[in-house]
Amino acid sequence: MPFSRALNAGLRRAMTENDRVIMMGEDIGRLGGVFRVTEGLQAEFGEQRVLDTPLAESGIVGTAIGLAMAGFRPVCEIQFDGFVFPAFDQITSQLAKITNRHEGALSMPVVIRIPYGGHIGAVEHHQESPEVYFTHTPGLRVVSPSTPNDAYWMIQDAITSTDPVIFLEPKSRYWQKGEVDAAARALPLHASRLVRRGTDVTLVGHGAMVATLLQAAALAESEGTSCEVIDLRSLSPVDYGPILDSVRRTGRMVYAQEAPGFTSLGSEVAATVMEKAFYALEAPVLRVSGFDAPFPPAKLEGTFLPDADRILEAVDRTLAY
Amino acid sequence: MHQNTGPDDAPELVRVLAADGSVAPTPAAEPYLELIDALTDAELEGFYRDMFVVRAFDQQATNLQRQGQLALWPPSFGQEAAQVGSARAARPQDHLFPSYREHVVCMIRGVDPVDIIRVMRGLTHGGWNPADPKNGNTHIYTLVLGSQTLHATGLAMGLTLDGKSGSGDPQTDEAVIVYYGDGASSQGDVHEAMVFAASYRTPEVFFLQNNQWAISVPVATQSRSPLYRRGAGYGIPSIPIDGNDVLASYAVTRVALDEARAGAGPRAIEAMTYRMGAHTTSDDPTKYRTADEEESWARRDPIARMRAYLRGRGASDAFFAEVEAQAAAVAEDARVRTAALGGIPTDLMFDHVYTEPHPLIDEQRAWLAGYEASFEEEPS
Ligand SMILES: Cc1ncc(C[n+]2csc(CCOP(=O)(O)OP(=O)(O)O)c2C)c(N)n1
Repeated sequence: MPFSRALNAGLRRAMTENDRVIMMGEDIGRLGGVFRVTEGLQAEFGEQRVLDTPLAESGIVGTAIGLAMAGFRPVCEIQFDGFVFPAFDQITSQLAKITNRHEGALSMPVVIRIPYGGHIGAVEHHQESPEVYFTHTPGLRVVSPSTPNDAYWMIQDAITSTDPVIFLEPKSRYWQKGEVDAAARALPLHASRLVRRGTDVTLVGHGAMVATLLQAAALAESEGTSCEVIDLRSLSPVDYGPILDSVRRTGRMVYAQEAPGFTSLGSEVAATVMEKAFYALEAPVLRVSGFDAPFPPAKLEGTFLPDADRILEAVDRTLAY
Repeated sequence: MHQNTGPDDAPELVRVLAADGSVAPTPAAEPYLELIDALTDAELEGFYRDMFVVRAFDQQATNLQRQGQLALWPPSFGQEAAQVGSARAARPQDHLFPSYREHVVCMIRGVDPVDIIRVMRGLTHGGWNPADPKNGNTHIYTLVLGSQTLHATGLAMGLTLDGKSGSGDPQTDEAVIVYYGDGASSQGDVHEAMVFAASYRTPEVFFLQNNQWAISVPVATQSRSPLYRRGAGYGIPSIPIDGNDVLASYAVTRVALDEARAGAGPRAIEAMTYRMGAHTTSDDPTKYRTADEEESWARRDPIARMRAYLRGRGASDAFFAEVEAQAAAVAEDARVRTAALGGIPTDLMFDHVYTEPHPLIDEQRAWLAGYEASFEEEPS
């Protein structure tokens, strides 16, 4: 089923299993969200559990905090990545710190769903990659599924988590189809996943970039280079086990991301891999990123965002060491 | 079904033209009638012309989006009177802060409509320079809802600090008008803007277009009391108007701006109108509203109303035909020039990130140039 339907099914199951789970956001009720992820949920669970909120992101997250204090499990939708910033103070100064400030006496089981990333040709503020603002904030867990099956399970796991989870949905993948196994959970929420086996170079990424990495790996294969691909899945914490295992085998790594590269997730993962697997490396870990410029007008996003060619260029560079 | 909470039947409502185009002023409109009586035939016909032309342009842009020429289009269909009246009320020296639907506001101030198209085509995030005199101090579109209300308030504070307002001369004193929607009125920024505006008595008009819907969410979710009544809480005098009556929009905005520039502090206007089309070309309004509702508003169409009024005053068939021809020409011109819009150089994305040299930008610009050149050199 398509990624967005998988999320919808995961949300429905979470609401069915726990009647303290409630949804809130702009246009999520009658319309079912601008990406239709919450379609049908209000009809099924009622206006008390699926709230079309006033148009105020700080209000959405701030009141979700209070609802969590009242024992609910709010799942907030931020309509587009660029509109999470009005809620930034509530997320980083409050939501992330409340458990710590209360010395553990209060937990914050709040999920914030954010469609993120490019490749939908939209206007300004509708395609950003804000992940490191959140990974940089202690107290938040940050995850991003890349397949329908992960979407289905990870949203349910995020909702059962007692910590706040920033749930990043790669919006260019909403229409992508894949198998969903509703009988068995594949991996824990914070595990990274080996997606493709290979021997020469380890390619790591998250969200929509995983598909591009697989594309690059297929192209590399045809040129005789064998790439291993790892999907981070969890951006905070990062599950380094599979990455380090892989790098110890291949000796080379490239991290690809849509976000600007400076002080990015790729920077963090690269630094850690260099610390922990230094002697296994045959070449420096390379990063392929969006440029350190504001996300450009839609006509330029094809140049701005790393594609398979840019990843292969980095693969060539790492092999040249 | 939801209950709209707009000021449609508020005793303070200012309306001059009834839906059928007859002159039927509400009691609250009395103080404005003199100003309206002073309008010349040419000015009145100009209002109609503005509204008619933008509707044709708006329809053309919607079609262009359907043909894949634009990424998105936010139609202004139905909101012409609120926009035209308020924009025509501003003086040349005034500063305007639109949201993203105020196409005719921009056009009246001199912005080339194709500059708006360039934004929605994905060629630029801006499209025009507010400081260029040909753009009439019109700021660029804002897509983060409500944030422009704070910028407008800050600019208005600056006008006061610089003595550019409140000198007593309405011919030279400057004021600010900021546009936002009923949905945006829930944003914290809008509330903070009103607090600052009232505290510093800014020469500013908050122009709220209540078009009843924030995408699929009715105005009742944003406010249980009419939005204009919030003004009192901030100490900002606020007036509800029939936003589909261009005369009410013109007169009330004119007075509010003049009062603001005279040093009386900020003013707010809630224009009761209706977004007759979809929220944007990505939206499907049949999911959340009824045909009955849409029809009831179609009967209050701002353009039909003004047409009936002008006919009653004896406007000629030749005038209406000429406006129609002009509208068709503007729409056709937009179509032709949109098709002729070329691409943009890829390294444009590194321009204006900083005003001073920045090593990371320089490095990446150079890298991209080399990378792109490496493809060109490849034998085909
Ligand atoms: C801060 C922010 N949140 C969400 C959005 C997404 N969004 C764009 S328009 C819109 C509805 C706006 O309604 P309103 O303010 O009434 O203006 P209208 O579009 O009806 O003119 C929403 C939710 C946004 N642009 N900015």
